[in-house]
This record gives sequence, structure tokens and C-alpha cells, in this order.
Amino acid sequence: MTGPARNDSFCVHCGQPADTGHVSCHNSRTALEPPRFCPRCARRMVVQVTPSGWQARCSRHGEASSADAPATN
Amino acid sequence: MTVAPQETSTEADILTVAREQVLERGTGLSERQILDVLRLGDDQVPDLLALAHEVRMRWCGPEVEVEGIVSVKTGGCPEDCHFCSQSGRFPTPVRSAWLDIPGLVKAAAETAETGATEFCIVAAVRGPDARLLSQVREGIRAIRESGNDIQIACSLGMLTQEQVDELVEMGVHRYNHNLETARSHFPAVVTTHTWEERWETLRMVREAGMEVCCGGIVGMGENDEQRAEFAAQLADLGPHEVPMNFLIPQPGTPYEHYEVIEGKDALRIVAAFRLAMPRTMLRFAGGRELTLGDLGAEQGMLGGVNAIIVGNYLTNLGRPAEQDLEMLSGLKMPIKALSETI
Repeated sequence: MTGPARNDSFCVHCGQPADTGHVSCHNSRTALEPPRFCPRCARRMVVQVTPSGWQARCSRHGEASSADAPATN
Repeated sequence: MTVAPQETSTEADILTVAREQVLERGTGLSERQILDVLRLGDDQVPDLLALAHEVRMRWCGPEVEVEGIVSVKTGGCPEDCHFCSQSGRFPTPVRSAWLDIPGLVKAAAETAETGATEFCIVAAVRGPDARLLSQVREGIRAIRESGNDIQIACSLGMLTQEQVDELVEMGVHRYNHNLETARSHFPAVVTTHTWEERWETLRMVREAGMEVCCGGIVGMGENDEQRAEFAAQLADLGPHEVPMNFLIPQPGTPYEHYEVIEGKDALRIVAAFRLAMPRTMLRFAGGRELTLGDLGAEQGMLGGVNAIIVGNYLTNLGRPAEQDLEMLSGLKMPIKALSETI
């Protein structure tokens, strides 16, 4: 998962609005990062990385995981 | 630093010296000699890697130890390790998280499924408190009750003697505690505790009979002299395993804007560490994907490395374990079997 997915409002790596055209989060480092910010509200999420995936929880929008994330790498 | 006459070498002949001293006799390079290796020209790196590989094969054999790791307590660390996104002192995006027991059992199972023989439980703490040790104890018990007999290692920061004894009693066979960098560079990396405090934990771990796992991170502003110093200090410690990490500049940390070191420099360092420690398990750890990429990882496996962390790391993602296992298969490097580690 890297950068904002289509229809998301915020970048999952920096929490900035996704429609500002920022490209700084599309790089080789963020390709190795799980999402840190909720794409819907930009809240910082609680993230657990496991050997084969990740789970992220937004206090407002609930849980997401690598199992249901779009393959955007 | 005092340099004995037999330890002197010139850039032109350090590989010849290393071949006789390290490959034939199994004696690791001195600090001065390691520095000579680190100063070899780019055109000599292929020969250096080939020698490091020969040394690894001669003194360690062809097997590769595969390990998985998981963070049982993420973020909120009171320490100020400048490379770390889990320090509570820096404005990083990492929030605190606890992994519950079912999650720990699942992570151990995922690791075992890869063929790994080692599973390391890691916490971002100065040292463990009673709650964390209880969580680790329950986790190990649950992993065993699930039928998973993978070897369990821990990395829980600095320990007291009582905590060391408790981990031994839990069945933890290896303890990771990285010195991170050369003693002379450590104060630039961490100010909330000292290199010597870390060394003291390592001393207790060794004396208690656990295997010592101790390495560090390269690319934190250290120079070649300090890289040589670090390799020599690790060689003095004589750990069972040395994990080699390459800095991933983490947003919000003091090292956020550091440059990732170049792949050829990373390979040179890997080979130099192998020549400093011919019999030690040298493990590729975090940052190799960013620093070396796929091709570089393969070159490292043919340049002295004989162990690898597969899958994800603590807060960063790795490449899929299958990809690394395919790489090892292609290189005809067998994965160390669990039966050989018990």
C-alpha cells in the first residue's frame, strides 16, 4: 500500500489531502510502509505489522488490513 | 589504536592477507585491516565479496538460518534512538500498539510456515516491566501449546539479572540487543542510555547461557573508521549472531533526511564484517530492500551473509517471504533445519 488509493481523501503515509497532487509519498521508502493515516479522515491509526501482513485501526472508521488493501505497490 | 606489525597491510594486498589469515586460519581481521577493506576501490568489490563468500562457506557452511520477527509492543518508547520511529520523543506517525496472545501465536505460525527456525519477539522499551514479561511468558506458552516448536528469541531492551534468569526459565534461547553502532558514535545516536549499559545486558545474557544476538545499523552518519571500530567491537563481543540493518530514514526522526547508503557500500560493509567475524552468523535485517534491492540482496548472500529475516519487520514491510525462499533455492543454499538447532 503506498500513497492514496483512488477515491481516498487523504494520503495514508502523511495524512495530507490526497487531491493536492503531492508526490513525495510515492517513493521506494513508502512502498515498504504500512498505512499510518486513515485515508478517509487522516487520523493516525494504530498499526500492527505481522510477518505476513498488517492491520490498521482508525478510531472513527474501523479496521483495515493488508488482506483487503488494494495492491498499489 | 595500536597496530601490531603483522596486522599492517596496504590497500593493494589486504585481500591476499585476508585470504591467508581469515580463510585459511579462521582468524578475523583487526580493526585496522577492516578499515583497509572498507577503503578498497569499487573495482575490487567483486573480489572482496567472493572472498567473503568463501570464508562463510569454509567456516559456517552453506546453510542459511531463516527468522521471522514481530513487535509485541510497538511505539511509545521512552528512549531517543535517533533512527527509530517508535521513540515517543519524536513526532513520527507510529502509534502505540500491543499485540495480543492470539496475534502472537498467529505470527509465530506464519513464521514457522516459511520454514524459519527462529521467531523473535520484540518490544520497543528501555527494558521490560512485569506486564511485558508476563505477556511474553503467556505468549511463549501459547505458542508451544499450539504445537509450534520454533526456536524463540526475544528483544526487550536492557535487562536486570533477574529478568535474564526469567527469560532463560521461559525457554528463550537467544536474546537480541544491538549495540547499534561504534562506541565512539553511539552518543550521537542515543542520549538516554549508554553503549556500556547495553554491553552489560549482553554480558549477563551470555553468562546465563543464552545465545547473544547483537548487531546494528549502518548509514547513521558514521564514517569508515567507526564502521571498522564497530566490527572490531562486535568481534570482541563474539556474538552468536550479528543482524545487519541499513538505515531507513523514518519520517519525524532526527535521521528523516539522511541519505540511504549506496548498495555497493552496503555490500562492502557486509563483506568486511564477515572477514572480521568468520564464524559468526551474519544476518540480513531491516533496510536491505531499500538499500540493496533484489539483486543486491542476492549479491550479499554471495558476499558473506548466511542468515536472513523473511517477511515484514517491526514497523516496515519486507518483501514476501516466498521471494526470499526462492532466492535461496536459486542460490542452492539450504535452509537450516530446526532439528539442527535443538
